[in-house]
Amino acid sequence: MSSTPNPAAGASPAAGAEHVARLHGVHYAVDAKPIFRGLDIAIRRGEVTAIMGPSGTGKTTLLRLITGQIMADAGQVLVDGRDVARLDRRALYALRRRMGMLFQNGALLTDLDVFENVAFPLREHTRLPERLIRNVVLTKLHAVGLRGAAQLYPQQLSGGMARRVALARSIAMDPDILIYDEPFAGLDPISMGVVLRLIRQLNDALGISSIVVTHDVREVSQIANMSYILSDGQLVASGTPSELQKSPDEVVRQFIEGLADGPVPFHYPAPDYYEELLGGGAQP
Amino acid sequence: MRPSRAIDLSTGLFVLLGFAAILFLVTQITNREFSLGSTAYRVQAQFENIGGLKAGAPVSMSGVTIGRVENIGFDMDALKAVVTLRIDGRYDRIPQDSDASIFTAGLLGGQYIGITPGGAEEYLHDGARIEFVQDAIVLENLISKYLFSQAGKEPAAEAAPTTQE
Amino acid sequence: MNGLAAELFANARDFVGTVGATTRFFGRLIALTPSGLLRFRLIVEQVYNAGARSLVIIMTCGLFVGMVLGLQAYELLQRFGSEDALGTGAALALLKELGPVVTALLFAGRAGTSLASELGLMRATDQLSAMEIMAVDPMRRVVLPRFLGGAISVPLLTAVFIAIGLFGVQLVGVQFLGVDQGSFWSQMRGTVELDDVAEGLIKGSVFGVACSLIAVYEGYNAQPTAEGVGRATTRTVVISAVLTLILDYILTAIML
Repeated sequence: MSSTPNPAAGASPAAGAEHVARLHGVHYAVDAKPIFRGLDIAIRRGEVTAIMGPSGTGKTTLLRLITGQIMADAGQVLVDGRDVARLDRRALYALRRRMGMLFQNGALLTDLDVFENVAFPLREHTRLPERLIRNVVLTKLHAVGLRGAAQLYPQQLSGGMARRVALARSIAMDPDILIYDEPFAGLDPISMGVVLRLIRQLNDALGISSIVVTHDVREVSQIANMSYILSDGQLVASGTPSELQKSPDEVVRQFIEGLADGPVPFHYPAPDYYEELLGGGAQP
Repeated sequence: MRPSRAIDLSTGLFVLLGFAAILFLVTQITNREFSLGSTAYRVQAQFENIGGLKAGAPVSMSGVTIGRVENIGFDMDALKAVVTLRIDGRYDRIPQDSDASIFTAGLLGGQYIGITPGGAEEYLHDGARIEFVQDAIVLENLISKYLFSQAGKEPAAEAAPTTQE
Repeated sequence: MNGLAAELFANARDFVGTVGATTRFFGRLIALTPSGLLRFRLIVEQVYNAGARSLVIIMTCGLFVGMVLGLQAYELLQRFGSEDALGTGAALALLKELGPVVTALLFAGRAGTSLASELGLMRATDQLSAMEIMAVDPMRRVVLPRFLGGAISVPLLTAVFIAIGLFGVQLVGVQFLGVDQGSFWSQMRGTVELDDVAEGLIKGSVFGVACSLIAVYEGYNAQPTAEGVGRATTRTVVISAVLTLILDYILTAIML
């Protein structure tokens, strides 16, 4: 498909049914530093969508725009067809109950054990009897393979295990949308394989939509239906993993192949090398 | 599920300890006379000048505190201050003709009411009135009295020399 | 010269902004309190954290403050030949000033820093964000119980401090220096009013609210880095101390 910097990827139908989340012309800046300049992205329902890009392009910021934690300076962020910025607190919280999010470091509550962490959303939002909560929690933990670790505390878990517990927690309320913020960062190959498998399986088994923000291109390509590459605050490429693999675009090529130099330069802007070395000697 | 028994116990102990401390402070170190209970009775006394007397001031006899000033009001008909004294029920044989005076504790202390017993056979009861009273000593009155008495002596001193000459 | 003035102005403006933000934070906590009191379990845990775990330091310091007070007051009163007034003088000093102020400062150091760093760490590890995403209001779930736990604990700690302090005074005065035990207590009883006790407890309550507020505010708004949490902890102690002393003056002036 297109790897041009201007996707209206999918001449989108007006109805939001096909897209679980959309961004239209979103501008966002922090302290006068622009992060997004007119971003357009569409996340299709029922699919695993990967959002990639070099470090610092604001991938996490994008997620926070979708969850409504921050508001765009201009443009629209639609989730399920509704403008996130216009929702009042109650509607926003209702929306969030249908989302699950996996944070980069798990973000488990350190004063609760694994069982209680997974049970947390259930206790806060439902009045289910204890037996039911127990069943749900154990089921979710079983889905991620950690039912036996229910009594441990987050401090006792390895990184991979903590992330799996966080995953179990994020599906505790059976959300419609699952968001993963750098789920593979810092994992050993085995754990990475486990998480990959879980993301795809959960997406299909639960019939949800998944958004994965990452820069592990090779890994996520195995499971993503659709990938977007962000750079410099704009969408530079989109398509299925195999399409991107064949793309001739320079930015895409550098990113996918991990080239040290290219559109994203190796050298941080600096004055001419020779001038600085030779000329700098004569300094009073 | 949660190991909270120990926390509950510790917190409970802490809170109880705190309240015990408060109770200790309130009862053991203040001069709240808790004996002044329901057996107390009230009498009234009218003063022309109560000085700095305040509600809650002690009422004593022979230096022993037997009650408290409960209320200070003003009678528009008699144009006098009306002081209500609350006397502990144990002291129920105060002669009716006793007198109530307003004294000052120490040189600059607070003011209190001292009752000097009379000799009557009938005793004060609830609702009675103490007839014999002595007002508070007001410093300004003392000074003007003194000045007035000094001024009174002056003309005599002047008159004496002139008559002598 | 202009640079200095500009910097001062910026500092002043930051200060006013912080005062405003803290007040709004406080307002939000007050608004949440009625419903927050229903989550008894959470509050009990926090009363334990802030109060019960501070008991040891409060009692130890209370004892020694009382003992020092006994020594100093005795020496002072001896110059006027009024050693018998030791009980009264010490009780009033402890009740009205030393008790509430020292307790508040100790609380800020022990429990305030703990609250601030706990919340700061939760902020830094995205736990608060995670709660928001899970549609749980972190103010209700995490901040309010800690605030209430502190506000409830401090008056109780103050009472304990004063009581132990009096014991310390007695230990030094009666046991060591030979003040008569009877007159020690009777003089005290004769002069100390219920109003004085109330004054001490009111001050304790006000200081408790102030120090707890500052601790949870700094922790909640800490920068999500190691330095940020450290800075939040330091600020908690410093601001709590200064605010306590300022409030002390204001309350004393009002209540006298």
